Amino acid sequence: MEDSEHKIVSFKTYGLVLIALIIFTLFSVYVTRLDLGNFSIAAALTIAGLKSILVFSIFMHLFYDKKMYALMVLGVLVVMTIVLIITFLDYGY
Amino acid sequence: MSEYAEHDHYDHEGSKLGMWLFIFTELLFFGGLFIVYAVMRYKNGTAFEFAGKELDVFIGTLNTIILLVSSATIAMSISAIQMEKKNLTMALLGVTLVLALVFLVNKYFEWGAKIDHGLYPGSATLQQFGHGETLFFGLYYFMTGLHALHIVVGIALILIMMVKVYKKKIYKDRFVQLENIGLYWHLVDIIWIFLFPLFYLIA
Repeated sequence: MEDSEHKIVSFKTYGLVLIALIIFTLFSVYVTRLDLGNFSIAAALTIAGLKSILVFSIFMHLFYDKKMYALMVLGVLVVMTIVLIITFLDYGY
Repeated sequence: MSEYAEHDHYDHEGSKLGMWLFIFTELLFFGGLFIVYAVMRYKNGTAFEFAGKELDVFIGTLNTIILLVSSATIAMSISAIQMEKKNLTMALLGVTLVLALVFLVNKYFEWGAKIDHGLYPGSATLQQFGHGETLFFGLYYFMTGLHALHIVVGIALILIMMVKVYKKKIYKDRFVQLENIGLYWHLVDIIWIFLFPLFYLIA
């Protein structure tokens, strides 16, 4: 494929994603200022997860590229999750 | 023409795949550190929450927004090069570069203030606190320091991209290098997206 055939993502799309990312950031600061105990941790990490999905799919073009890239990223995340779970088997119980 | 005539090898997909493989090693590298953080926090929950209060949420939020904007501008620079808008590409890369520098300046003042308060690995102040606080600040300096090192490398790479765009080595039909540096910069952004709540917010 010639480079000139690659999809051009519009400035508007990037702008909207950026606005969403900033709103998520400010919301995560707000949520963690409330006294919600352990829920704060879950909320902050969930928001961080959503933000990273936006960056991966739009900024890093996983949404537009061949599905192979998205599958490989998922694979890496699965490996990390498995290592995390196995590690906590030693500490949590 | 000889059989071994020089040919100009260019493989967009192959280059990008190689960059992604490198990004996976980086994700696993930082992922390991996040797991260390998770275990240490699990074992020293109260100390981590107490120590986390020392960090400045305002500077953390500001730096998060700076990195997010810089990620958007480098992504836009790739669209601009595809539209054959060289000057716009240069301008967008320039903005990315300035934002990266501002991030580091903020980091300098932030670390400086902590060190002035005697909060640095091996300091006398930290030794008065418990084991958990020492671990928190050890991880804080190591993880944000390693991240800042990636920003420094990113600044050098963005500068090289600017020179190459200026010299028309990177243009509409040949921009995979710029795309790969963009991928690297977004990776640095994603790592910060997780560092920010874990160190600044959960206190």
